[in-house]
Amino acid sequence: MMNIPLLLPTEWVHELLMGWMPETAVSIVEMVLIAVVYLAFFAVAGLYLVLLERKVAAWIQLRLGPNRVGFWGIFQTIADALKLVSKELTGTVKADKFLYNLAPYFPIVAALIALSVFPFSKSLQAYDVNIGIFFLTAVSSIGVIGILIGGYGSNNKYALIGAMRSGVQVISYELSVGLSLLTMVLLTGSLQLSEIIETQRTGGWLIVQGHIPALIAFMIYMIAGTAETNRAPFDLVEAESELGAGYHTEYSGMKFAYFFLAEFINMFIIASIATTVFFGGWLSPFGITDGIFWLQPIWFILKVFIIILLMMFFRWTYPRLRIDQVLTLEWKYLLPLNLMNIVLMAIIVWLKFTISW
Amino acid sequence: MPEETIVKDPFKTEEYMINMGPQHPATHGVLRLLLTIDGEIIKKVEPDLGFIHRSIEKMCERDSYQQIVHLTDRMDYLSSHINNEAVCLAVENALELEVPDRVKVIRTIIGELTRIASHTLWWGVIGMDLGALTTYFYGFRDRELINDIFEETCGARLTMNYNIPGGLMFDIHPNFVQRTKDFVKHFKTKLPEYDQLLTGNVIFQKRMKGVGLLTKEDAISFGTSGPVARASGVASDIRKIHPYSALDRVEFNEVLFTEGDSFARYRVRIQEMWESLSIIEQLIDNIPDGDYKVPTKAVIKLPKGEFYQRVETARGELGVYINSDGKKNPYRVKFRSPGFSNLSALNHMAVGSKIGDLVAMMATLDLVVPDIDR
Amino acid sequence: MSYFSDIYNGIKTLLRGMQVTGKYFFNARKEIITVQYPEEKPHVFERFRGEVVMPHDENNMHKCTGCQSCEIACPNGSIEIIWDRVVNPETGKKVKQIDKHIYHFSMCTLCNLCIEACPTNAIVMAPTYESSVYDRSQLTKVLNKPGSKVHPDVKE
Repeated sequence: MMNIPLLLPTEWVHELLMGWMPETAVSIVEMVLIAVVYLAFFAVAGLYLVLLERKVAAWIQLRLGPNRVGFWGIFQTIADALKLVSKELTGTVKADKFLYNLAPYFPIVAALIALSVFPFSKSLQAYDVNIGIFFLTAVSSIGVIGILIGGYGSNNKYALIGAMRSGVQVISYELSVGLSLLTMVLLTGSLQLSEIIETQRTGGWLIVQGHIPALIAFMIYMIAGTAETNRAPFDLVEAESELGAGYHTEYSGMKFAYFFLAEFINMFIIASIATTVFFGGWLSPFGITDGIFWLQPIWFILKVFIIILLMMFFRWTYPRLRIDQVLTLEWKYLLPLNLMNIVLMAIIVWLKFTISW
Repeated sequence: MPEETIVKDPFKTEEYMINMGPQHPATHGVLRLLLTIDGEIIKKVEPDLGFIHRSIEKMCERDSYQQIVHLTDRMDYLSSHINNEAVCLAVENALELEVPDRVKVIRTIIGELTRIASHTLWWGVIGMDLGALTTYFYGFRDRELINDIFEETCGARLTMNYNIPGGLMFDIHPNFVQRTKDFVKHFKTKLPEYDQLLTGNVIFQKRMKGVGLLTKEDAISFGTSGPVARASGVASDIRKIHPYSALDRVEFNEVLFTEGDSFARYRVRIQEMWESLSIIEQLIDNIPDGDYKVPTKAVIKLPKGEFYQRVETARGELGVYINSDGKKNPYRVKFRSPGFSNLSALNHMAVGSKIGDLVAMMATLDLVVPDIDR
Repeated sequence: MSYFSDIYNGIKTLLRGMQVTGKYFFNARKEIITVQYPEEKPHVFERFRGEVVMPHDENNMHKCTGCQSCEIACPNGSIEIIWDRVVNPETGKKVKQIDKHIYHFSMCTLCNLCIEACPTNAIVMAPTYESSVYDRSQLTKVLNKPGSKVHPDVKE
């Protein structure tokens, strides 16, 4: 295990720092370094997901998409971000200044915390918390607080309606996300993400192991996950034809960009959870390249990419639901189905009807 | 804390006002709606007009009869050809001028193409209003082909001004027939796709069915016309009641639904596109030879009296009322625009529904604000 | 039982919608409808009404007699004709002659009525479309070129 190429830089940095620093200082410096690396990844991933979405939208809509700034427009979103940074931060006079300015940090910090527990490969994981899934569901619902106080603090009726919609929606769908993940936890018997992947290495991906209930859980998870990220067809929060821009109506410049980027990072997180729990995380299909360590993060990113593509397809195909229909879907369809599904999964696990090799 | 601000009843709700428009993505122009809302539930909708009032009717009193025609382009710009036709028919009837068959047939074909163009744009926009942005581009793709036909023959894509009292401004372009046939062939493959993408979609149906109910009696009493009235079961197609141009020699069905909800209005327009295609197919091979206009005097003077002409635009009944005192300018011109009457039904439809429903209703009313304001 | 059939039908219609967008997504390169504008010019048909122009021949001659028919026909007052009376050297009579044919493009609705009204076909519509300028005054144009003359074939 000593020759894992991806571990080399971290070990090299660790030993370099150990040479001229006390141990506590080294750990602090390492934490800062990891945070910087994750922040950089966060920014780049967010920007490129925006670009990907614009390209996918363009191709579906018979357009070309961004293609002016760099080949295929690869610098387009970076230019956009630079523009947003340099923009004036306008605000309303009657806004609740404290809440208004605080709000954009919630979604982005929550998204960043959630990002830290994912195992991108066997060893590339910032923090392997033993209640991983639980931690993720808890953290990913912090973001909605930002939307709520942002909408409340901007003293705008459209923003308030958007924020209230968001609160109702995210609180409801949190249940389905949690329960569908719980269904899969029945199979693994552990909440730790690395443990979950370890289970899949020996017994095949969980979506195959759990067959029918796992498929149902995956579908429910995808629907609920799309709703949690406030993306179409559940984008009532910023339903542009109804509420203008919804909760971020009064935000401009970088504050708006925080909300905007957080949406895309949330999408990445939802897709990452799906990859980890249903599709074996960094494992390659049928273990074809399990021996090659540097391919692990690539497999992970590839699976995430495919799931994100699916979510983008949802967005550009379906009309938006109405707020009461969103709640009907959750409380009358997804939740009962989910509960039935858990029982079904429990029976299957109990009778050992799972498929594994 | 002052005494009066202490909340006595913590669960008391209050109605509040919200301004929808004049700058709002769903109002399709500069329409302002004053909404009184209780949470998400709409209590009252008050349309506020006048943001794009250009006093076209007053300007008509200044202009000669040839000049009036081009002003009507700017009313309902999505069915500009039909508006032009209405004025020309009114003037021709007043002069008792019989236009050649060729003119009638060409006017009808272009009119039906205009109707399809308007409905494809509406189809794109209804998807966009409900959050499915992709439909917009599919609708525009097909509309562009019609616009190309217009550009080649009429010289403009939107404000065509192709009609003049007494005929047409120029003859059709030699490519017109072939292009129209190509379009009909192309559009017949694309219309089922519209159904597949949107009509059948479960979310779309849930959003549309039972929303914005308008009974037959209400539809009549609000004076609605066009697809809005026909979705409530009112047989109001002027093309059937009062055939003009070449519409008396073609066979088509008047699309009628009785549900009166947004989905019925949606389906009326989709069906109307099929009917328009069939009208075009019946006429396109039989364009008679002849002149494309009959000569009129350079200065047209209508006899004294009142003249009224009604036509069916893509939105409903357009009435042109001309009161002439025998001079070269009309004494008074009044347009009965379909959008204005259709908009008046909005408050009745919207009370008690949600904000999302209001957007769906407005989309199915197919409002064109310059038509409402003139 | 309709509960489950509702779910089934719902999912089926959603997948049918995805079929359409998926088809276009995978054929994205073939059916692009947009035009890369500044590099790729859109096709403009010859009848397209872009602006009113007055064609001049190689001897700097035009056909406008200054009869003002277009000025009268114009609904917006976008054509203004300034004319003089000059003595015709051959006949010795005073005749009307065009001095300037002023065209206010900013007021024009491109309705084609002036072209219809013109008895000598002196003005035509040109299929131009890149008409934006930085200053409004540039939209007021004098259509007859300086020093141009009326074509001798054109009769009053």
